[in-house]
Amino acid sequence: MTALAQPIPRPGLGRLSQIELRKMSDTRAGFWLLLTIVLMAAAIVTITLIAGNADDKDFTSLFQGALWVVSILLPVLGILAVTSEWSQRTALTTFALVPERERVIGAKVIAAIALGLGAVVACLLTAAIGNLIVGGSWDLNSSLLGNAAVFEVAGMLGGVAFGLVFMNSALAIVLYYLLPTVWTILGETIHALDKPADWLDTSRTMQPLVDDQMTGQAWAHLGTSVAVWVGVVLLIGLWRLRRTELK
Amino acid sequence: MIAVDHLTKRYGSQLAVDDISFRCEPGTVTGFLGPNGAGKSTTLRMICGLTPPSAGAATVLDRPYRKLDNPGRRVGVLLDASAQHSGRTGREVLAVSAAVLGVAPSRVGELLDLVGLSKAAARKRVGAYSLGMRQRLGIAHALLGDPSVLILDEPANGLDPEGIYWMRGLLRDFADRAGTVLLSSHLLAEVEAVADQLVMIGNGRIVAQGAKSELLAASGVIVRGLDPVALHEALAAAGLTATPGADGALLVEAEAEAVGRAAAEAGLVLLELRPADTGGLEQLFLSLTREEALVA
Repeated sequence: MTALAQPIPRPGLGRLSQIELRKMSDTRAGFWLLLTIVLMAAAIVTITLIAGNADDKDFTSLFQGALWVVSILLPVLGILAVTSEWSQRTALTTFALVPERERVIGAKVIAAIALGLGAVVACLLTAAIGNLIVGGSWDLNSSLLGNAAVFEVAGMLGGVAFGLVFMNSALAIVLYYLLPTVWTILGETIHALDKPADWLDTSRTMQPLVDDQMTGQAWAHLGTSVAVWVGVVLLIGLWRLRRTELK
Repeated sequence: MIAVDHLTKRYGSQLAVDDISFRCEPGTVTGFLGPNGAGKSTTLRMICGLTPPSAGAATVLDRPYRKLDNPGRRVGVLLDASAQHSGRTGREVLAVSAAVLGVAPSRVGELLDLVGLSKAAARKRVGAYSLGMRQRLGIAHALLGDPSVLILDEPANGLDPEGIYWMRGLLRDFADRAGTVLLSSHLLAEVEAVADQLVMIGNGRIVAQGAKSELLAASGVIVRGLDPVALHEALAAAGLTATPGADGALLVEAEAEAVGRAAAEAGLVLLELRPADTGGLEQLFLSLTREEALVA
């Protein structure tokens, strides 16, 4: 038995983040999801090489294609990283070992950021392999790299926020994917919602990121939408987590 | 050491746990008994800081659980053996927690050996485990941080008789090394064999608590005579209360000597006179369970 007088340090945020990253990939679901994401990136690059227009067969275009495809499924990893604690009831263990609940979520956020950045690297690699085969131009704007990082990380964090606020996999996933569609429909049918949609519809605000057409106005739109759908949602989720009973 | 002071949990108008207080000292095993739905799990979750109490407080090692420096290194907790990710292997479950606790990765193998999970079993995903294997994994998990307090909710559920026997030995040994053990169960026989102290609850309230030996002694004697009716009268005449049991036996809340004297004075022949053992406790426990069934 560990002597009582001897203080035992708590796990630091760095170690907890590494552990959360590990937990995203050490389950059957996590492993296959990651593999599927990589395979989808490889598939879109392959399809572009075979059937794409000639002007799409360069490094930048292949990279952009991979970014889009990866961004579709990546947030599911973020959602499941939180909701699996409830659906699999591991929250009982997780929060018994680390009672400061915000620290666990902080670690999940850091892990999500790391995975988002990892996804960008994976997209770069996939696009590079494709471009080697097709022998296209290697030109890549450095601004696109930063945009790509913001794009994938924001998606990942949105997943974490939605997972935390609903604490339920099905609900979080459905609403996460439904919301942009709802915005699109509402924004196009109801004229009064068209302006707010410029600021709040993430599918609109994120488009210029991947197209590499970010202006000051575009950054303001993006910042607002991310602050709402990631920041505010995450804060509500944290508030809920602090009060909730874990069983 | 665990101290529970006036813990109360209210869900709307329903009192799940009603003003519960008890203490668990180092070197002892405390059996927390009660029918299903009596409030045992809610109490244990409140002790571990997972469920906020409506009133009262609990401390473990003189601190609220959530204020312990690295709780998993102080307190081994098993609240639900089924609450593990079904897609993770048994070994990985322990490895992840070993990393959180900051213990050597080699502990994982040691504990798998200790709880009798083979290498092949440890490589399987928890989803493929039987409840007994999950309990073993859960106990390994609780012991991972080398704690001095164990809090286990229904750890014997799903274990086979050999497994239950093994677990008793493990808990006894843990307590004998100055550890504190609190384990819950809805089966009296299960904890009776290992606990020194019993806390019995029904409908969220404590109905009996104390040292097992005291609770058993307080349960009286069983006496059977050749003429049950005459014996009942003789006992009543001596001022002893007797409750009729099966096949003419009487449960008497008195010392064996008093019962024997009363029978001798009336010149009655006794066929049996022995301590009621768990009989009294069992009766109390069964009446709790029956109440529960009536309410349901």
